[in-house]
Amino acid sequence: MPFTVPAELEAEIDERITHYPVSKRSAVLPVLHHLQHHFGYIGEEAVEWTAAKLGLEPIKVLEVVTFYPGFRQEAPGKYHIRVCRTLSCAMAGSYELMESICEKTGIDRSGVNHHHPIAVSLDGKYSIEFAECLASCGFGPVCMVNDDFHESVADADALLKQYP
Amino acid sequence: MSEPTKTDLVDVQIDGVWHQFPKGTRLIEACRQVGVEVPHYCYHPKLTSPGNCRMCLVETGMPPRPMPGAEPPQPDESGHLPISWIPRPVIACANTVAPNMGVRTTGPITEGCRQGVMELLLANHPLDCPICDQAGECTLQEYSVEHGKGESRFREQKVKKPKNVEVGPRVRLDDERCIMCSRCIRFTDEIADDPVLGFTDRGSHTVLAVYPGRELANNYSLNTVDICPVGALTSNDFRFQMRVWFMRETQTIDTNCATGCNITVFSRQNRIYRIVPRQNNDVNSDWMPDSHRLNFHWIDSEARLTDPMLKVDGVHRTATWNEALSVAAERLASLSGSEIAVIASARMTNEELFMTSRLVKLLGAGHVETVPRQGEADGYLVSADRNPNTNGVKLVLGLENPGSTLDRVKSGIEQGRIKALIVLQENLVDDAGFSPELLGKLDFLLATYPIANPTTGLADVVLPGACWAEKSGTMINVTGRLQRLNKAVDGPGQTREPWEIVRDLVHALGGGNGIYSVTEVFKQLAAEVPEFKGLSWGQIGDLGLPLIETGETIPALEREKERKAAGIIVG
Repeated sequence: MPFTVPAELEAEIDERITHYPVSKRSAVLPVLHHLQHHFGYIGEEAVEWTAAKLGLEPIKVLEVVTFYPGFRQEAPGKYHIRVCRTLSCAMAGSYELMESICEKTGIDRSGVNHHHPIAVSLDGKYSIEFAECLASCGFGPVCMVNDDFHESVADADALLKQYP
Repeated sequence: MSEPTKTDLVDVQIDGVWHQFPKGTRLIEACRQVGVEVPHYCYHPKLTSPGNCRMCLVETGMPPRPMPGAEPPQPDESGHLPISWIPRPVIACANTVAPNMGVRTTGPITEGCRQGVMELLLANHPLDCPICDQAGECTLQEYSVEHGKGESRFREQKVKKPKNVEVGPRVRLDDERCIMCSRCIRFTDEIADDPVLGFTDRGSHTVLAVYPGRELANNYSLNTVDICPVGALTSNDFRFQMRVWFMRETQTIDTNCATGCNITVFSRQNRIYRIVPRQNNDVNSDWMPDSHRLNFHWIDSEARLTDPMLKVDGVHRTATWNEALSVAAERLASLSGSEIAVIASARMTNEELFMTSRLVKLLGAGHVETVPRQGEADGYLVSADRNPNTNGVKLVLGLENPGSTLDRVKSGIEQGRIKALIVLQENLVDDAGFSPELLGKLDFLLATYPIANPTTGLADVVLPGACWAEKSGTMINVTGRLQRLNKAVDGPGQTREPWEIVRDLVHALGGGNGIYSVTEVFKQLAAEVPEFKGLSWGQIGDLGLPLIETGETIPALEREKERKAAGIIVG
């Protein structure tokens, strides 16, 4: 599928850029957020589109994309699950939760590494990655599914049932 | 720029001694000016200062500020206020001097900082010094000796990063050796205007990277190798060729264009291994183009002329210098001056051109000319004039518009008016559009050149003339600066320096006193050519001196001056 930014989205982005009159480079983050929100991830074309939009070299945008784990460089599934693995959640069972979700959704995480943190189920419905602290340390394990926040997740089945 | 007035100076104590510096001086430069070295990796005076390596941390202090109502501090007998030292160290590269400031570059705080920075930099460094090209000129090595702990507490696995990465056609990257100083990134952003480098995956896996599909290919890419303080960026041309400590350094100038970049030639046992730019803030700053830097491999070419040669019955045979010179003198003496033309080269030194003018006078030669070499200026350091000494030709040989009358030489040969041609260090067939048929009409052709070429192939007398790296002399660059060329290696076989060849020709023709060194030629030149009046060889120095006003400027240098004036760089 060719990368095209819909006119509406572009208008929204153009408006956002006006909030950064001193240096367009400062608008890299908000532009990337808009693009990830729309496309689900920041691919090579999105990096180059952003660079062209802001008059920057693509490497300057790639620097930002690769710095923030919140920016995904690979396409997620329909439901993207982020499981917290910081101390409290790890102690409360986030690794078990990860395993259990993977087992139930058929996600294979063997290919996951520093450069490819996301694993996607074969049917493309679910994708998963570990995240650092999601700021609810008293109620681990914690995870996010797309923009929904879930605390004290004990049962993977019950969680997945909400996202058919 | 005017000298700073008294009020622009501030008192600063460095390692216990009070000095005065202009306001705005960076601490690192203030220390350098008084002979105190502050170790640093990321700081480079020609680039912006991001302050990211932390190696230049120093301890500073200011006069104590009294509590409200308390007595203000009193000056001591030397007239200076006491210093209250601040426990938090600051980076010397980005902080500037302040009145009554104290700086300590020794002591437990500074030394502890340096040891800490070194230990962390080495934690993930591969320590592959035995096979690293930077070994011997690596600041990581140097500072390890001076400021390191001598041991590491790091027992864990080192981070693995990309190695042997082709970042461009001439530059290779080892990310594990990189200490993330960002000098190369800033160079490509600020100087070369080709910002293709950046840091990706910032964190414990930070890597220097080129954007996928792009490459560091601009004509200044090898300067990143020079400014890399470690062995992360290496030159494809030089890597694994020679350990740096075996090589001899010769300070000389580049002859690929009229800019005359100052360079250092690294050689060992008469062979050149690499050329790097040498700082001259009036010519090339700290940089030079790749195209110029790499144009030296032909010096070792198999096609080098090594002996004088005479053409007998259409075939060249080697001859002794005496034999070749006497044949040349005999043939030339049999002709009248108006039948002889001399084609010199704007690649020749002033001394060579001076001897050539003697030869021209002695022969009464009817025509003297040089071959022009026009290219395109690149807006940085490459001049449109690809001859290094056009200004020397104008001054010493007295040609007003060098190269403009070559057609008259051609028609002179065509019409039989010119019967003999003396070609000094030029290849007329390939570089000046003289056809072999045209040169065939001559009664006598003498050619000197470093390498066998179609012109020497046609010559009755061929004399091996040393190339730029094999001779000494002076040249005048595009801005009118007189600079010295120093001999780095010996020419092959019987090669002689062109000034010697012309001198020998003059002798063989029966004129002139003995001149035995190029400095003697310069002395005579200085006595005869008004612009050189009063100059001595030694005065020119390693950085040259302004000789004439040409009204020309070097674009990269002009931009650097602007950046310095704007306070963006130290300069």
